[in-house]
Amino acid sequence: MDDSQDLFVGEDGRTRSVTVDLYNDSSLQVEISDAVSERDKVKFTVHTKTNLAHFKKTEFSVVRQHEEFIWLHDTYLENEDYAGIIIPPAPPRPDFEASREKLQKLGEGDGSMTREEFAKMKQELEAEYLAIFKKTVAMHEVFLQRLAMHPILRRDHNFYVFLEYDQDLSVRGKNKKEIFGGFLKNIVKSADEALITSMSGLKEVDDFFDHERTFLLEYHIRVKDSSLKADRMTRSHKNVAEDYIPISSALNVLGTQESSAISRSFIKLAELFEKLRKVEGRVASDEDLKLSDLLRYYMRDSQAAKDLLYRRARSLADYENANKVLDKARMKNKDVKQAENHQLVCCQKFEKLSDSAKQELIDFKVRRVAAFRKNLIELTELELKHAKVRAKATFCARGSAHHTVLENSKM
Amino acid sequence: MAAEREPPPLGDAEQTDFRELEDGEDLFISTASTLEVGFLSLYVDNVNRSEATEEVSLDSPEREPILSDEPSPAITPVTPTALVTPRIDPVMFERCKEELEEEANGDSFDIDISVSDPEKTSLSIFNKKEFSVKRRFSDFLGLHSKLASKYMHIGYIVPPAPEKSIVGMTKVKVGKEDPSSAEFVEKRRSALERYLERTVKHPTLLQDPDVQQFLESSELPRAVSTQALSGAGILRMVNKAADAVNKMTIKMNESDAWFEEKQQQFENLDQQLRKLHTSVETLVCHRKELSVNTAAFAKSAAMLGNSEDHTALSRALSQLAEVEEKIDQLHQEQAYADFYLFSELLSDYVRLITAVKGVFDQRMKTWQKWQDAQAMLQKKLEAEAKLQYANKPDKLQQAKDEIREWEGKVQQGETDFKQISKTIRKEVGRFEKERVKDFKAVIIKYLESLVQTQQQVGLFFFLSFVKDSVE
Repeated sequence: MDDSQDLFVGEDGRTRSVTVDLYNDSSLQVEISDAVSERDKVKFTVHTKTNLAHFKKTEFSVVRQHEEFIWLHDTYLENEDYAGIIIPPAPPRPDFEASREKLQKLGEGDGSMTREEFAKMKQELEAEYLAIFKKTVAMHEVFLQRLAMHPILRRDHNFYVFLEYDQDLSVRGKNKKEIFGGFLKNIVKSADEALITSMSGLKEVDDFFDHERTFLLEYHIRVKDSSLKADRMTRSHKNVAEDYIPISSALNVLGTQESSAISRSFIKLAELFEKLRKVEGRVASDEDLKLSDLLRYYMRDSQAAKDLLYRRARSLADYENANKVLDKARMKNKDVKQAENHQLVCCQKFEKLSDSAKQELIDFKVRRVAAFRKNLIELTELELKHAKVRAKATFCARGSAHHTVLENSKM
Repeated sequence: MAAEREPPPLGDAEQTDFRELEDGEDLFISTASTLEVGFLSLYVDNVNRSEATEEVSLDSPEREPILSDEPSPAITPVTPTALVTPRIDPVMFERCKEELEEEANGDSFDIDISVSDPEKTSLSIFNKKEFSVKRRFSDFLGLHSKLASKYMHIGYIVPPAPEKSIVGMTKVKVGKEDPSSAEFVEKRRSALERYLERTVKHPTLLQDPDVQQFLESSELPRAVSTQALSGAGILRMVNKAADAVNKMTIKMNESDAWFEEKQQQFENLDQQLRKLHTSVETLVCHRKELSVNTAAFAKSAAMLGNSEDHTALSRALSQLAEVEEKIDQLHQEQAYADFYLFSELLSDYVRLITAVKGVFDQRMKTWQKWQDAQAMLQKKLEAEAKLQYANKPDKLQQAKDEIREWEGKVQQGETDFKQISKTIRKEVGRFEKERVKDFKAVIIKYLESLVQTQQQVGLFFFLSFVKDSVE
């Protein structure tokens, strides 16, 4: 169990596995130093270290809940100034339901398990619970760290408030109407997106963005699919590992019941399965962290990049419209000045957005490649390590099985 | 007509009939003649035989009339004492190998038998070194039912045959080409092979003429009594029910601690093996799932690699996909080993132990018979005493005759009981030895398979890692 705990502690404390620091600027360091899980909510302790003048202190902590993270994310989204930036995806809601249910079912007692079996299952489920907990902490932390690293986003006033204000932000969760409203907004948005991209007047003149759009559309679908399949594979791995528990236990009982020559073989086999269970469990959790989480994060991040492209396309559409209005005004010779101003504003907005988006998309690619490389290499190293442990365990077991055969045949 | 038949009611009449069987007698012949229930009388009547079988046949589409006239032609009544002396060199049948291959239509199997050291055997039939015969699945079942009826009630542990699976078989017959039916056929073939191997390993059974005929003769008369819904099938169910009721009512005074101990031991073993078997089946299922999911992920990763526009990363993802694909293959192989080595062994032994428990039950029945004979003798003695008093000389003679008859039966009962106890002790000893051997061999094979797959996983990742680190 120590191994998988190390995965979080041993790493560079600042950057988590799914993203990398492109700017290498340590003037604002944010981390989640502690987290407490209560009945149905999690309380995160956000710890900040900074030498920026804006803050009153150089080191401080506040306690935040999930809703407050979402609030912060939404304020960024709604801010026009950040339209040309990929807004880091919001962390998913902490969800312990499944894990809690399993623990409860185990507790309600299945008389068919031996005491040891029960203890092992409990240990497994508790480890699972802990892993989910760590993951949700990591996701919230990554969100904040990306904001802290970004030269523009880190200067947001709401961000300062989030980090510093030591009272409750009084941000209530969205009520039903607002959630519904959110759904509607999404539907409108995707309809709008479809409309804009299909408008013939809006042929993409810029090769870069054309390529990016094609790429992102396909990539997002593929990474979503991979994330799903990786999840299923990890789940299956966990199932296989868990299956070893009753097998090992039954073999142990058989071994102790037996008085014949095979009792030792049974016990050795039971020990082997126990070792294998631990290894398989770690393989599953490594896959989960290095592969599933990575893919899931980039599914969300690529969605955020797509959103950026949409905003740019929207702004381009506005610019084109402004041009049309200007032309009409010039023809009719009415409100020309007004139209000219409007067109200028739209043009500036579009160009600023485009420049910013270009840089952001380039950064996105760099980040993505670096994160994948790091995780794939780490995954391979871990798999190799596990394979060695597995091979050694089975090799030894086979050796001792042969040995007992030889022993017994001599008798 | 078949649908209207009902199993005969479990009255006292049937039970006494069963108990009065002479030991060596063919179970089917005697019961068929004594039970007067409607559908079973068809069994004895030769003319209607083909009708009966045609209507209830589920096993094979071809309906040929039965070749021989007698109800169970190949069963030759055998007295137990003659078989107990093993004259066969044990080396011989240990090396008698068989391989089963199944034929196209899925119901017929080729048995390849190779006999080593034919000179050592005193059985004249095995004079060829290698020969091959064709047998149907129902033939195996027929062989088993014959052996069971001949040997189980005198204490021999007869290896159980694989079970019929109506669902599985219909799927194969319907001609579905999917992998699950191929799996089913392979599973069945492997089970039949193990069954046959166990049967010929048993020194007493190998000498049985039915077994020899099964292994040797080119044509076997169709085994009728194995069909699931035939008259004989229903008779079997009735027997089983009767036995279960009997078991509850027999209270045996166990004077032999060995038997008590052994019975407990087998009870425990049975429980644990069943539990283990269930767990292993779950493992097989999950490993298959894992294999499927790994393959799906590999494909997905390959596609992701294709759409990735950074060349080096794209390559790395494709490599990951390849590795995962290979791992999926390994998972499949491992699942195969899990199943055929581990799970099937366990299920075989669960059924074998049921046979062992059956043999212990037979001993109880024998004991009961002995006790009943004693009780009857007592009654006859009392009756004779009464007659003495009443002074009826003709009835007195009859009473004395009956007493002599029952004294003989008591003697026989005691001998039978002692015999079956002795046989069981020997059988259990042999069974335990075989069991230890079986399990040891499988454990080693299973570990071998694990070692193989683990090594390969390591190799794949190592290779891909080397490639990756070059970038």
